[in-house]
Amino acid sequence: MRALHTVHVTSWLEVLDPGLLTTVQDAGRPGLAHLGVPASGALDRPSARLANRLVGNDEDAAVLECTGSGPTLRAGRGGALVCVTGAPAPVHVAGRTCDVGVALWVPAGEVLRVGPASAGLRSYVAVRGGLLVEPVLGSRSYDVLSGLGPAPLAAGQRLPVGPTSGTVPAADVVPLPDLDAEPVLALVLGPRDDWFVPEAALLLTTARWTVTADSNRIGVRLAGPPLVRRRHEQLPPEGVVTGSVQVPADGQPVLLFADHPTTGGYPVLAVVEEDALAAAAQARPGSTLRFTAGHRS
Amino acid sequence: MIRSRPAGSRAVVLDLDADAEPAQIASAVHLLAEQLGVALTEVVPGAQTVLVAATDRAGLQHLLAALPRLPSAPAAAETTGAVLELAARYDGPDLEHVARATGLSVEQVVHRHSAVVYRSAFSGFAPGFAYLSGLDPALRLPRRETPRTAVPAGSLAVADGWTAVYPRRTPGGWHLLGTVVVPVFDLQADPPALLGPGQCVRFIPST
Repeated sequence: MRALHTVHVTSWLEVLDPGLLTTVQDAGRPGLAHLGVPASGALDRPSARLANRLVGNDEDAAVLECTGSGPTLRAGRGGALVCVTGAPAPVHVAGRTCDVGVALWVPAGEVLRVGPASAGLRSYVAVRGGLLVEPVLGSRSYDVLSGLGPAPLAAGQRLPVGPTSGTVPAADVVPLPDLDAEPVLALVLGPRDDWFVPEAALLLTTARWTVTADSNRIGVRLAGPPLVRRRHEQLPPEGVVTGSVQVPADGQPVLLFADHPTTGGYPVLAVVEEDALAAAAQARPGSTLRFTAGHRS
Repeated sequence: MIRSRPAGSRAVVLDLDADAEPAQIASAVHLLAEQLGVALTEVVPGAQTVLVAATDRAGLQHLLAALPRLPSAPAAAETTGAVLELAARYDGPDLEHVARATGLSVEQVVHRHSAVVYRSAFSGFAPGFAYLSGLDPALRLPRRETPRTAVPAGSLAVADGWTAVYPRRTPGGWHLLGTVVVPVFDLQADPPALLGPGQCVRFIPST
């Protein structure tokens, strides 16, 4: 059944310890929502792109997305040029402490260890050549909702690494976002703001929202004052975009991430701007965030 | 009359009249965008809406300005295309329950369910899960009070005004009438979903 697929694997990374939840992610598989296929892809896209640039990859090459605490990997024959971005975490190569946000050489047989994030939630590991796991519907991203794409990392697995091309940029230090500050996410009201009492929009943008533990790549469940609906009938299912602030019957909003269901039956009060989603993806359970109303189109 | 509701900076939800076919409007939106040279990332029919996302805000505004020129929905016969006929074994665990709850015999349930040409209205819940419209009103039942934790792949089911085929093993709250053997979601196929929006389908009872 499997389509023939020519892969130029030049090396590999062996997974010694997968970390808490580490998945392969790239730019996802957008354009298939009408068939019920979520877009998926790296949640903190700027960090994934930065990591790729720093090892001389195409920006949308497949990287590792680590959640909370990263993996321990051994470089295969040929070694690996890697870079860790996103949530800052202790990084060790062959036992030596290294920096995030810089390209690191891991010699063949030596070990890269990415520890628990000291701020933020999701660290990204790019490897020069990109991860060449089998693509599914044009993407190597793992989608936690539908299960499409390569399964999360497991100990003993070998991740194929592609051939290198182009040059590695010379960058000593790159600016990394401050993940300690409380994120303030710009949003646009609608599409269903008229399904809520007028105070709901004001409450959404003035209250402080706590990220609950019940959050994942599908969405972030937030706790705060209930957002009250004006209309109580069932909303006929409709398409929703990533960044939607969907409000179930209990009035506690859910901010939808890349693996969200493509259609939903809860009204969407507002949509967070795309360039604010990276900060949302770095919000830890127990931390707080706020929203601010941007323009309305 | 189409009302557009903002869904972020580069997407809108088009609110349609009750008699409009979202899948047809979606095709018309694709056509209009092509004429205008506007690049779209997603066009997603819902039950009474179409979500339209463009690659950028300017493209979206361009499309919205031209919306009054949206090609009127072509006659249903033109877009129907071929009716897909899928063999179905009516051997589902809820067949007798559905018969009891609707006051029909099992034979009548099978007959009424297989007599209709359904149209895929929109997708959701899981890749390849299509909400098929056209269910005989006599078969209309609310969902199960307690969803099953696992419904086998290929299950042919009804709930509310819809019928559907479960693309793979998932939890599910619909009433299971039978089984469709042909996979409705196949990663090797292009497109991967057999029942994309607008597709017409009939179920042929088989043993």
